[in-house]
Amino acid sequence: MTSTPAIRMERITKTFGTVTANDNINLTVWNGEIHALLGENGAGKSTLMNMLSGIYRPDSGFILIDGKQVNIASPKDAIKMGIGMIHQHFKLVDVMTAADNIIIGQKGKFLLSRKDAHQKIKEISERYGLEIDPAKKVYEMSVSEKQTLEIVKVLYRGARILIMDEPTAVLTPQEIQQLFRIIRNMKEQGCAVVIITHKLNEVMEISDRITVLRQGKSIDTIETKDVKVPTLIEMMVGRRVELKIKREEVAEKKALLNFSHVTVLDKEKHEMLNDVSFELKTSEILGIAGVAGSGQKELCEVICGLQQASGGNILFEGEDIVGKDPYEIYKLGIRMGFVPEDRLGMGLVASMDIVHNVVLKDYRMQKGVLLHRKSSIDKSKRIVESLEVLTPGITTPVRRLSGGNIQKVLLGREIDILPKVLITAYPVRGLDIGASFKIYDLLNDQKKNGVGIIFVGEDLDVLLDLCDRILILSGGKVTGLVNAQETTKEAIGYMMTVGLEEGFRAARTGGTA
Amino acid sequence: MIDFLTAAVVATMPLLFATLGEILTEKSGSLNLGVEGMMLMGAVFGFSTVYNTGNPFLALCAAFLAGAVGAFIFALITVTFQGNQVVTGLTLTIFGAGFSRFVGDHMIGSSVPRAAQDFFGKVKIPLLGDIPFVGQIFFRQDVFVYLGYIMVAVLSVYIYKTRPGLNMKAVGENTAAADASGIPVNLYKYLHIVAGGGLCGLGGAYLGIVSVPMWQEDVVTGRGWIAVALVILAGWNPIKALVGSFVFGALSILGLWQGSMGIHISQDIVNMFPYLATILIVIISTHKNRKEDRPPGNLSDPYFREER
Repeated sequence: MTSTPAIRMERITKTFGTVTANDNINLTVWNGEIHALLGENGAGKSTLMNMLSGIYRPDSGFILIDGKQVNIASPKDAIKMGIGMIHQHFKLVDVMTAADNIIIGQKGKFLLSRKDAHQKIKEISERYGLEIDPAKKVYEMSVSEKQTLEIVKVLYRGARILIMDEPTAVLTPQEIQQLFRIIRNMKEQGCAVVIITHKLNEVMEISDRITVLRQGKSIDTIETKDVKVPTLIEMMVGRRVELKIKREEVAEKKALLNFSHVTVLDKEKHEMLNDVSFELKTSEILGIAGVAGSGQKELCEVICGLQQASGGNILFEGEDIVGKDPYEIYKLGIRMGFVPEDRLGMGLVASMDIVHNVVLKDYRMQKGVLLHRKSSIDKSKRIVESLEVLTPGITTPVRRLSGGNIQKVLLGREIDILPKVLITAYPVRGLDIGASFKIYDLLNDQKKNGVGIIFVGEDLDVLLDLCDRILILSGGKVTGLVNAQETTKEAIGYMMTVGLEEGFRAARTGGTA
Repeated sequence: MIDFLTAAVVATMPLLFATLGEILTEKSGSLNLGVEGMMLMGAVFGFSTVYNTGNPFLALCAAFLAGAVGAFIFALITVTFQGNQVVTGLTLTIFGAGFSRFVGDHMIGSSVPRAAQDFFGKVKIPLLGDIPFVGQIFFRQDVFVYLGYIMVAVLSVYIYKTRPGLNMKAVGENTAAADASGIPVNLYKYLHIVAGGGLCGLGGAYLGIVSVPMWQEDVVTGRGWIAVALVILAGWNPIKALVGSFVFGALSILGLWQGSMGIHISQDIVNMFPYLATILIVIISTHKNRKEDRPPGNLSDPYFREER
C-alpha cells in the first residue's frame, strides 16, 4: 500500500428532497485494495458511489483522489480522474457492438478507426484475462458478457479506481468465481476496487476491508479477516437477526398442478418453454432456478393464462387450463395468486392507493356497476396490519412506498383471496434482510395452509434453504428437478447452463463446467 | 416518363431535406413533430430574403437559420426545461404556420427575382449528366438538388463513420449510458435538434423558392408530416431517406402527370396516394423485427442525470 489513499471521502452529505441519503459519510480506499461497501437497501451505498462517478454531486463534504482534492461535476470528470463505475443496471447501448460501446465518448480522430479500437481492446483483455468479442452486438450478449464488456470499457478509459454496484446479482455461481478472478487480477495490478453488495458470503470471500453503511450513515470500517458474518449483519441491520431460513415440514401432500409437455412460443416462434413437465403439490414450495430469461417468466404466465401454450396440458386438480385466459380461469373457481417480477408494472398500479389496488382483485365478486369500497377498505387495513406494511395510510399511492412495503401489499393482496396456487417471481429482489425474512415467513405460512407455491428465485442459497424441490430451467428446457436437501449450489449452477451453446456456455462458466 | 421522373426529383427535395433533418433530430433522441412548422418558417424567410435582396445564397442561409431558430425553441423547452416533446412539437407546427402567414402576408403573389430564378435553373453535370436515362433524370437538375445529394452523402458518413456521429447515436439510444461515458448529452441534443431544424428550413425554402417561384400561403401542405413518416420508413438511414423521398415525391405529382402518361384515375384519389402510403408505412413499420431498424431507444424520453 502506498501512503496516499486512492479515494478519500470526508463528511459527505447528500439529500434528495427531504430524504438524507448520505449523512456525514467517511470512506478511505487504498490502491491494491478490494473494499466492500455493505448495507441494506436505502443505506446510501449507490448514492455515495454515484458521487464518485459524477452522476450526483455532494451537498457538502469533500473528495480526495490520490491525495488531491477534486470536484467531480460530471461522469466526464470522473473518467479523467481514472474512476470507472459499473452500474447495477448496465449502461450499454444495445444496438451497438462491444467496440463501439467502449469507444463512445472517447477523444480521438474524427473518422472512426475500428481496427485500432479492436487492437487496443484485445491488448487490454489479454492483460487482465478477459474474454470479449469486439464485433458482437450487446443485445446478443449474456449478462456476464455484458458485465465483462463494462469492465473492459472502464479499463479502456484507463481507470485505476473501479466501482462495482451489485456485480454478482444476476450471475451464476461459476460466473461469480470468474468475476472474482478478474477482480483479484485487477487488485494485483494495483487498482483500487470498491464492491457494493449485500451478499455477505461474497464479502467475506473477496474483500480486504469492509465499510458498513446504515440509513445513510457510515457505521464502521473493518478488516475482513477480523470479522464474522453475524457481526456484520448486526452492523447492517442495527439489531440481532435470526439468519436461518426455515423450511416447514408438512407431511401430507397431494397433487395440485400438473404440467405435461408444455411448450410456449414467443412472437418469433422461438421456444421459450420447451416440453416442460413437472408436478406441483399442495403444501410445497417449488423453486425455479435458471439463468435470467430461461423461461421463468413464461412458466409463471402460462399458468395464469397470460400466455398461451402451443402444446401440452396444464392440469389444475384434473382440469385442463390450457387455452383459458385469466378471466376464464377465475370463472372456473380456481383461486390463483400471482406476484410478478415487475411489481409496479404488472402487479400493482403505481399511482393508485392500496384500497384501489385491492379493489382491482375484488370488483368481480361485487354486484352492480358501482364499486363497494367498504370491504376493500377493511381488507386493506387487514393487510397493512398483519404484514406490518409501513405506509402513511391506506390511501397513499403505492409508488410512494419502499420496495419491501410494495411487495408486502402485493403479496398480501394475493394471499387474501386464499389461493390454492401462489406464483411468486423474484419476490425478495431488491428487498433488505428484514423484509426478505418477512416474505419467507409469509410463504411458509401459506405452505402450512396447503398452498402450492412456485418460487422463482435467483439467489441459490435462498432456494436451497427455503424450497422443498427445485426445478432448473435452461433455455426453456427442464434440465433438472432436485430435492433441495440433497443437492449443492454448484450442481444447480451447472444444470442452469446445460444445453446452452458450447461457446456461450464456456464463457458463462469460465470453462469450469 | 423521363419528364415525369425529372419532375419527381424536384418534388423529392423538400421531403428529403426535412427527412434528413428529422433523422438527425431523432437519432440524437428527440422527436420533433414541428417539422411542418420549421419548413414553413424556412420557406417564408427564404422567400422574403431572396425577394428583398435577390441573393439566392443569402436566402438559403436565412431559411436554414429560420428552421434552426424554430428548432432551438424546441430544444430549449424540451432539453433544458424537460417539456413534453410531442406537445412542444405540435405547438411548433402551429406556431410556424401562423408565423409564415404573418410574415408572408404582404408578399402573396410576389415572384422570386429573375436572377435568382436563373441561379436555381437546371445545370447539367458533366459526364454524369450524359448517362442515358439516369443522368437525364438525376444530373440535369438545379444546384439545390445537388446540395440535397451532398447532404445525403455527408450525413451517411457522419452517422456511420465518425466519432461525433457514434456519440450522437449513443445519446439517442441510451442517454444514461452516453452520459456515463462522458458525452456532453445536452450539447449533443441541442446541436442536432438545431441542425435538423435548419435542414427542415431548407426543405421549406425549396418549396418557396424553387418548386413554385412565387409566394403563396401554406406552401408546405403536409409535407412535414410525410417527412416524419419517411424517417420511420427509411429506418433512420439517410440513403433510404433519399429513396423514400423520391417515391413519395413521385406519388405527390402523379395527379398532375397522369394525363400525359395516359393514366386516368380520379384526381382526388391520386392525391390521396402519398397519405395512404404514409398510413401503410406506419402500420408496416410496427412489424419490423431487426433491432437496428427500430427507433432510437431513448427517443422522446427526457433525461435528467440525477433522477432516481
